[in-house]
Amino acid sequence: MNTAATWPDDIFRVLLDMDVKQVAYVPDAGHTRLIELCRDSNALTAVSLTTEEEGIAFLAGAWLGGQRGVLLMQSSGIGNCVNMLSLARACRFPLPILVTMRGQWGEFNPWQVPMGQISADVLGLAGVVVYPVDDTARIADTVAAAARTAFDGPGLSAVLISQRVVGAKTFGK
Amino acid sequence: MDVTRSDTYPLRRRDVVEAILAGRGEALVIAGLGAPAWDCTAAGDHPLTFPLWGAMGGAAMIGLGLALAQPSRRVLVITGDGEMLMGLGSLATIAVQAPENLAIVVLDNERYGETGMQLTHTAHGIDLAALAAAAGLPITGTVHDQAGLEAAIADIHGAPGPVFLNIKVRAEDLPLVLPPKDGVHLKDRFRIALLGEEAAV
Ligand SMILES: Cc1ncc(C[n+]2csc(CCOP(=O)(O)OP(=O)(O)O)c2C)c(N)n1
Ligand SMILES: [Mg+2]
Repeated sequence: MNTAATWPDDIFRVLLDMDVKQVAYVPDAGHTRLIELCRDSNALTAVSLTTEEEGIAFLAGAWLGGQRGVLLMQSSGIGNCVNMLSLARACRFPLPILVTMRGQWGEFNPWQVPMGQISADVLGLAGVVVYPVDDTARIADTVAAAARTAFDGPGLSAVLISQRVVGAKTFGK
Repeated sequence: MDVTRSDTYPLRRRDVVEAILAGRGEALVIAGLGAPAWDCTAAGDHPLTFPLWGAMGGAAMIGLGLALAQPSRRVLVITGDGEMLMGLGSLATIAVQAPENLAIVVLDNERYGETGMQLTHTAHGIDLAALAAAAGLPITGTVHDQAGLEAAIADIHGAPGPVFLNIKVRAEDLPLVLPPKDGVHLKDRFRIALLGEEAAV
């Protein structure tokens, strides 16, 4: 990954602008910088999860209490969320999800491919508005658009940040 | 149906929940899907109770989000052993965040009551309170009888948490007392009661 990438900083500014107070995550290498920014910030709380579906329930609770949140994960985490998305759907909780993609552009690990290849379809079937993005210059405004879809709807949205942007992991090969 | 020890436990779930909610004061309540939600409704439907009709495994995490967003309010999660078993990882997540205002109460009938009274792992000795203690929650315990319940109720409402109390209740099939089931309505009435009219969608 390009360590000088600024798109995570751009996303972070959008989150602050949008008054996001809770950022729940299961780490992905592609989200390293954004997670660091969130953890170091006093403006919001970064909550590490054991599984991505926890985040959907967590953000529903935060919204009941009056706070906005976002969920960060890699594409394999989408599979862990499917039934819990019903909570957000049935109650129309605002749920913006920022996904760093695996199993796509130049994937090295074949175990990532099945979930990566069905991520957008699974989210679509579950009623999530999907925003794919593969241009670093457009990530921040895509996140802003997805956040508006979520908070103003209210509804469910996901930004799928292409592996082309995140960089294909190669395990040194 | 299997005959097990929980068939004769002295505590009855409707009485337990009524006793807990009688002292709810300003507390915000998340009720786990199925029988725990019916128990909370039997004690009195309330706009600041959010009863779940699904989201199995998510009750404690909803409580965590609410507890962090509303640090000055007590948050009670009242759920079932089966529901809690589906979200055991959340005990670790909650322990790390450690909100003092959160209390989790499990109505442990050692069964999946709602789906036909099948045995859960707690019927085989899995100890939910010990799991919560191992995760590092500061106040944990298992309640078996009325005296224990009275002490537990004080902790549920007042002890610096997160509190986790597993209440052994008799396995019994009770009449349904259903809360409203439209999720948008449940969400809106909760937010309006907590945050004011402008919090409606
Ligand atoms: C993901 C998922 N799996 C299974 C079910 C079916 N189900 C509904 S309630 C329930 C049992 C809940 O048991 P417990 O939490 O112990 O509550 P009890 O009825 O025993 O009080 C199950 C398995 C479901 N609703 N969702
Ligand atoms: Mg049960």
